[in-house]
Amino acid sequence: MMISGAEIVIRCLQEEKVEYVFGYPGGSVLHIYDELFKQDEIKHILVRHEQAAVHAADAYSRSSNRIGVAMVTSGPGVTNAVTGIATAYSDSVPIIVLCGQVPTAFIGQDAFQECDTVGITRPCVKHNFLVKDVRDLAVTLKKAFQIATTGRPGPVVIDLPKDITAEKCEFQYPSAVAMRSYNPIVKGHLGQIKKAAQLIAEARRPIIYIGGGVILSDSAPRLTELARRLNFPVTNTLMALGGFPGTDRQNLGMPGMHGTYEANMALHHADVILAVGARFDDRVIGNVKHFSTEQRKIIHIDIDPSSISKRVKADVPIVGNVADVLDEMLKLLDEGLATSPDLPSWWAHIEEWRGVHGLAYRQQEHIMPQFVVETLYEVTRGEAFVTSDVGQHQMFAAQFYKFDHPRRWINSGGLGTMGVGLPYAMGTCFANPGRPVACITGEGSIQMCIQELSTCKQFELPIKIVNLNNGMLGMVRQWQEMFYSRRYSQSYVTSLPDFVRLAEAYGHVGMKIEKPEDVKPALERAFTEHRDRLVFMDFIIDPTANVFPMVASGKGLTEMVLAKDL
Amino acid sequence: MRHIISILLENESGALSHVAGLFAARGYNIESLTVAPTEDESLSRMTIVTRGSDEVLEQITKQLNKLVNVVKVVDLSEAAHVERELMLIKVRATGRDREEMKRMADIYRGRILDVTETTYVIELTGTSAKLDSFINALDAGLILETARTGVSGIGRNDRILKI
Repeated sequence: MMISGAEIVIRCLQEEKVEYVFGYPGGSVLHIYDELFKQDEIKHILVRHEQAAVHAADAYSRSSNRIGVAMVTSGPGVTNAVTGIATAYSDSVPIIVLCGQVPTAFIGQDAFQECDTVGITRPCVKHNFLVKDVRDLAVTLKKAFQIATTGRPGPVVIDLPKDITAEKCEFQYPSAVAMRSYNPIVKGHLGQIKKAAQLIAEARRPIIYIGGGVILSDSAPRLTELARRLNFPVTNTLMALGGFPGTDRQNLGMPGMHGTYEANMALHHADVILAVGARFDDRVIGNVKHFSTEQRKIIHIDIDPSSISKRVKADVPIVGNVADVLDEMLKLLDEGLATSPDLPSWWAHIEEWRGVHGLAYRQQEHIMPQFVVETLYEVTRGEAFVTSDVGQHQMFAAQFYKFDHPRRWINSGGLGTMGVGLPYAMGTCFANPGRPVACITGEGSIQMCIQELSTCKQFELPIKIVNLNNGMLGMVRQWQEMFYSRRYSQSYVTSLPDFVRLAEAYGHVGMKIEKPEDVKPALERAFTEHRDRLVFMDFIIDPTANVFPMVASGKGLTEMVLAKDL
Repeated sequence: MRHIISILLENESGALSHVAGLFAARGYNIESLTVAPTEDESLSRMTIVTRGSDEVLEQITKQLNKLVNVVKVVDLSEAAHVERELMLIKVRATGRDREEMKRMADIYRGRILDVTETTYVIELTGTSAKLDSFINALDAGLILETARTGVSGIGRNDRILKI
């Protein structure tokens, strides 16, 4: 039977078991929206701005490992979506973004709401397609899902001219499409894995450094087993929180710019680094030259060959899916791989480093942001899904909320997109109904996607917004304080709205918390009495609080600024 | 170091811009780029001349391989290969220069494709260095126009780039 391109799109999504489409209608996608109307398998979540649609789809993926789908109209719909696409790309999150386009005959004519979608999105997608023939539509959608979810995952954009969605053809959805130009490597090279095992056995000062790849490949249980059996210390990057339990004795916390003293010291002084799904980025290892001053061997497992030896030369590169490679390593352990007898003295060193700084902060008369996060952890018993925006609050959340499970910490690590927190919480709610979801944010970030409070009302999403309000763009202010002689250029936010009344105006519960002793009762009320409502908690915090330790930009990992130095 | 990278890619719209965009976005340099379909019309072959350290070249080949519509990538300059570039050059050919131009074309084994009372169009094929040398050998004031194809190359012996 001949069906329209629009119906084909919907049928393909159904075949892929897509539960939700986050989107916003407009002229060029009206045929598809009409087909959406005629069925009830796929639910559409109407956002208030296209950026939020993509962020929500992104968080849906991150928090569940089921693929998120967004749909936007041509022109401004697409350009609004670009921030969301680039954010997902930076963190290798699989999503599908369906974009309307003007009819094929109008392309290139500067038509109303026309933009060069494949051109604009090219640098921030894993791949994109412009469909020019309705007969290619089903195969293209299949390819898109395959490309987005396999290899190093990432966003795939499909540009759909309006006439293509109107034309008709026979529908057949392929179960798989072979692509001669796309064959990601899965299994790691066994010889390399054995070489790695040899280094692991000889390592006297080892460390396991894990990145987002551990989460994306659903390898947290394997990694945890491997680390525990080896008794190696583990440091997890911002993207890997929950990849190894945050409360485990072997966990040293995050490395890098706002990493712990012990993690940075151990990473710098290790003789063998087992890097798993991580990419040695600038925020993690600081100055590359300084990092290279130490003699060490690096084993680097990554599914993306271009991530290996990009910034730091790997001695034993292993290209492959983290899960498969870890399975092979566990097998070698079963075969009796022994570790160095020197480990206890390495641990003794680490314990000394642990004693130097920790994540201490001084309780003040004002509410301290760290205290709010700690209390949130206590009240939610560490079981909440936590999304964050970008800035000081993000670092406080990462440092003080101990994630024991993967896919619970949802943030924009690579691109560092302010404004993601609320739409991330939305996507997380849809993927994990009935589970507690908190959005840790600041008064700067939250205003970048504040309109989504309306979406949250429409779908009654019980998000708990923890607004760490210091009236400052805190991270900018911290840099200005430390590196720009306290010239606070444009980092002070005036004319803030009354967030309590704002939340109420949208139909939610608003609270303002100004005293440390009110923090816990407020959070408790939010998660019990107002369990089923969105609660906007405006915490007025100490405006001078800074994030420490800190490795300044361009400095080496061991050149940390500690809170006690100031 | 100068490298000649040959790429087989799907002959579809957008494939070229993915490659060119990659070079621009990551700050890799392109000295020349040439592309045309192969005997298999579904495939194009692209030749890029670039410069960079070994580390940069390693990244370039890895990043190219990552592109979804790139099928195969080889660095021709890693082993024995043949490279050629074609140039069409229009020169002023009047008076004494007319005879001189003819002689220069002969010395460089060029062919004169078009003749007017005042100009010649000379076709010259060879390595980029040979073409550069021809240009340098001429009086700059006599060169009216040049059109170069960029380098194309192929491996020697049984080094074959095919799927």
